[in-house]
Amino acid sequence: MELLGLYNYWIVVVLMMAGFYTVIAFDNLVKKIVGLTIFQTSVFIFYISMAKVSGGTAPILTGEPEVFSNPLPHVLILTAIVVGISTTALGLALIVRIREAYGTIEEDEIQAQDDQQ
Amino acid sequence: MISAHLPALQVVVPLIAAPLCVILRRGTWTWALALLVSWASLAISVVLLGQVLDDGPLSYAFGGWEPPWGIEYRVDVLNAYVLLIVSVVGAVVLPFARRSVLEEIPESQHSLFYASFLLCLTGLLGVTITGDAFNLFVFLEISSLSSYVLISLGRDRRALHAAFQYLILGTIGATFIVIGIGMLYMATGTLNMADLAARLPFVDESRTVLVSFAFITVGATLKLALFPLHFWLPNAYAYAPSAVTAFLAATATKVGVYILLRFFFTVYSFDFPLKAITLQGMLMPLSVIAVLVASTVAIFERNVKRMLAYSSVAQIGYMILGLSFMSVTGVTAGILHIFNHALMKGGMFLALGCIVLRLGSVELDQLRGVGRRMPLTMFAFVLGGFGLIGIPLTSGFVSKWYLILGAVEGDHWLIAVAMLFSSLLALIYVWRVVEVAYLQAPPEGAKAEEAPLSMLIPTWVLIGANVYFGIETSLSVGVAQTAAELLLDVGLGTSP
Repeated sequence: MELLGLYNYWIVVVLMMAGFYTVIAFDNLVKKIVGLTIFQTSVFIFYISMAKVSGGTAPILTGEPEVFSNPLPHVLILTAIVVGISTTALGLALIVRIREAYGTIEEDEIQAQDDQQ
Repeated sequence: MISAHLPALQVVVPLIAAPLCVILRRGTWTWALALLVSWASLAISVVLLGQVLDDGPLSYAFGGWEPPWGIEYRVDVLNAYVLLIVSVVGAVVLPFARRSVLEEIPESQHSLFYASFLLCLTGLLGVTITGDAFNLFVFLEISSLSSYVLISLGRDRRALHAAFQYLILGTIGATFIVIGIGMLYMATGTLNMADLAARLPFVDESRTVLVSFAFITVGATLKLALFPLHFWLPNAYAYAPSAVTAFLAATATKVGVYILLRFFFTVYSFDFPLKAITLQGMLMPLSVIAVLVASTVAIFERNVKRMLAYSSVAQIGYMILGLSFMSVTGVTAGILHIFNHALMKGGMFLALGCIVLRLGSVELDQLRGVGRRMPLTMFAFVLGGFGLIGIPLTSGFVSKWYLILGAVEGDHWLIAVAMLFSSLLALIYVWRVVEVAYLQAPPEGAKAEEAPLSMLIPTWVLIGANVYFGIETSLSVGVAQTAAELLLDVGLGTSP
């Protein structure tokens, strides 16, 4: 049953590989960014999963002795989410500029135009 | 006392100046501010290196939260040295950038350019100075995101595509590092590097720690562009604005090498089972291949900027090769080459920036007779090229000397021979440029027009330092050796 008990880590691995595959396998730049975002999101879930303490509640001080989940990874992931959003935004902005300059967002067509120069 | 807060100021000063640049708007003012800040950073890093050499490692607890709970900035000889390299290059490239940026980037974007430049400087300094593993990831992303912006500002539209490819690969590399750091946290419950180093030996040989090592190694080698993960580098360097290429070529990959050093020898400091196999079984052959293949590709490259970019991939191979010997001489050679290569490659890319300003292109056919048209610039380029080849009296010779010593010490005779052979390859690709620039006549009607002094002086500062540290080696070698001894003393658990 341990395999099932670790289901959130299985989700992490599936999302990570799906995102990674999308980045590698697709020529469309927007799809690459989508894959990259899924890849990064899997890491967020990974950090949140490891913070869970069984039987623990949200880490809010109420005065009563309680068991808390570890709040540090939550904070780390807040930072990582900001980084992820900046990366996505910058990537999409670059795609807009690429589309203006090349007239396409398919990597093979861009490569073909680059090779002609 | 302000001197107690120097480690924080090193990062905070450029960080605060970056948004100020955006507020100031006017290109000249932002440039002046950026220049001032970069010189202040240089002054701070010089003082820090002096303090560390005299009194040993400094620890700075951010916000008064004691490590390992709070974020710690920890300065020892190794990162004080890398801080110095990064801030020297920043302080030399900015005076150069004024004319070069006026020429290559539209006026309306100047303030944003200098803001991104300062953010990139912040990120690189932050990665180097921090003693906290997650903080390292955050600064790495600050430097990477701003360098994607800087690269995309190149005039050629291919700069956009290059920046996008770098964004994808750079993000994958950084995410790999953060996965590794997460696993380390999972196994030990700490993020402080010194604390990690103290706790890891007591964690049983768990698969989590082994996998974290693999993730961090691959992530860091992607960032530092070790063959075969270097595909983002040549285009990014070739199409970025000249000042950006010089800055990134001399700093960004070096900081990547620093990350690898820090994790290999400080964090996984104990006799970690995977380390020797990774270094000697994987990184050593890869770096030899990097040196030979990238040098060969450089010989066939028509664009001189791309040629130097491939040469950078080869030179990164030298640095990693030095580390993979796992001996004091080898690691000294690796650290020393970080310093020397920053000087010569920075100087050569600055010289190419001068040529771009006057000729508008660095395609090999366009450079005919440029040695007569721009004698000072071209002579600087040639001296830098001597460093790449490793001719005596240049700093490149000193690092190669230690590298070959390290190879011989470790009984890697074949590698020593390969190093000598790679110098021949470097000779060929430097010679191709020399031949076109000096032995072919300039096109008719071409005027002799030297680059302006504001660009020539920074170029010569770096190239002059390249010659100076080829003759007077006590400072550069001495500090590199101290750093290597410090790393290996802890890093291998044996006395050197």
